[in-house]
Amino acid sequence: MNKAAERLYNGILKENPTFVLMLGMCPTLAVTTSAINGLGMGLATAVVLTLSNFLISLLRKMIPDRVRIPAFIVIIASFVTVIELLMKAYLPALNNALGVYIPLIVVNCIILGRAESYAYENPPIPSLFDGLGMGLGFSMALTLIGAFREILGSGAVFDYHFMPEGFVPIGIFVQAPGAFFVLAALVGIQNVIKIKGTKAGKDMSKIGSGCTRDCSTCKEGCSSKFYGEKEDKK
Amino acid sequence: MNQVKDLLLLFISSSLVSNVVLSQFLGLCPFLGVSKKVKTAAGMGTAVIFVITLASAVAGVIYEFVLVRFHIEYLQTIVFILVIAALVQFVEMFLKKVIPGLYEALGVYLPLITTNCAVLGTAIKNVQNEYGIVTGIVNGFATAVGFTIAIVILAGIREKTEFNDVPEALKGSAIVLVTAGLMAMAFTGFSGLI
Repeated sequence: MNKAAERLYNGILKENPTFVLMLGMCPTLAVTTSAINGLGMGLATAVVLTLSNFLISLLRKMIPDRVRIPAFIVIIASFVTVIELLMKAYLPALNNALGVYIPLIVVNCIILGRAESYAYENPPIPSLFDGLGMGLGFSMALTLIGAFREILGSGAVFDYHFMPEGFVPIGIFVQAPGAFFVLAALVGIQNVIKIKGTKAGKDMSKIGSGCTRDCSTCKEGCSSKFYGEKEDKK
Repeated sequence: MNQVKDLLLLFISSSLVSNVVLSQFLGLCPFLGVSKKVKTAAGMGTAVIFVITLASAVAGVIYEFVLVRFHIEYLQTIVFILVIAALVQFVEMFLKKVIPGLYEALGVYLPLITTNCAVLGTAIKNVQNEYGIVTGIVNGFATAVGFTIAIVILAGIREKTEFNDVPEALKGSAIVLVTAGLMAMAFTGFSGLI
């Protein structure tokens, strides 16, 4: 049980995929125009991540090393299709708002990253909680960013208006450029924490180790692993 | 004649008005990572044009003649991602054997594109918007041209601002994101075009 709690804590806070690792930036920027969209996208990703982690972990002894990435992708894509069809049937409005980004959950680095780095090497139950923790961390981050942009951009969050009467919404925050500025501010805050932490002698290598920092890590991290043989597995 | 006009409008809309990186946020990874120099950015752009156009064509044909024909449209996400991954690897091998010159120029960028969400995103968008095969190819080409325009401009700006005095905390990707944000603001100006 401790292991499960540790995994949840790890995903939600210690290695939060968005705020700490900076993974999966495409959906983060695209769907956070409002808190509800962020939450919907986050939860959809969380479900896919939890289920795919669990299944991959169950099958980890059966999947040959060389074809593991294609195998992961088929498993992930199947769950994404299931989620997509369920959302079309039961949450059509949210599905329309998220549009192409729901099927694009397949190429979210977080999911393939967790499959590769955790689920493939650990037993099913911890993997399940690892996926759940990471998924909830992602949902929380997307909801917070969405709420931030929505409050500044339209003065409301979850359809609840609470800004004072004279507040003039800064429309740019709910538009595309706003997403870049919010992310830039986020990276800036991370850098400040990183610089301070490094000066105090703490290990800050986890911060920003995801894709956006620099594509050379992404190349080694995601794409070249696609080919299996280039990366040897311990 | 009308059809040509429609395709032209689609081209402008996909490449400039709803630019794939600056308003759709697809393909951010290479956009931020491979935009240090104009030359490499242009190389990446060319590779993306090549792959996305080809992938839209292949995905369109498979959707039309396999998925729709056997009523298994719900498999599109799985089929598309596998087809695109296989296609990129195939293109890499093909270029290496047959056109080594082109491979030298594009080779290093090809593996980067495999998991690029812009490729899959374009294929899925073509289906969602119910484009036919030809319209889909034009849309794919236009999307990729939009990507190239954006990444080359960004690389140009980054070359100019490389030695600027940037606050410590904003060094690296933060300042690039601010630049991209300003570019996105400029690109919203195109929305009046159509």
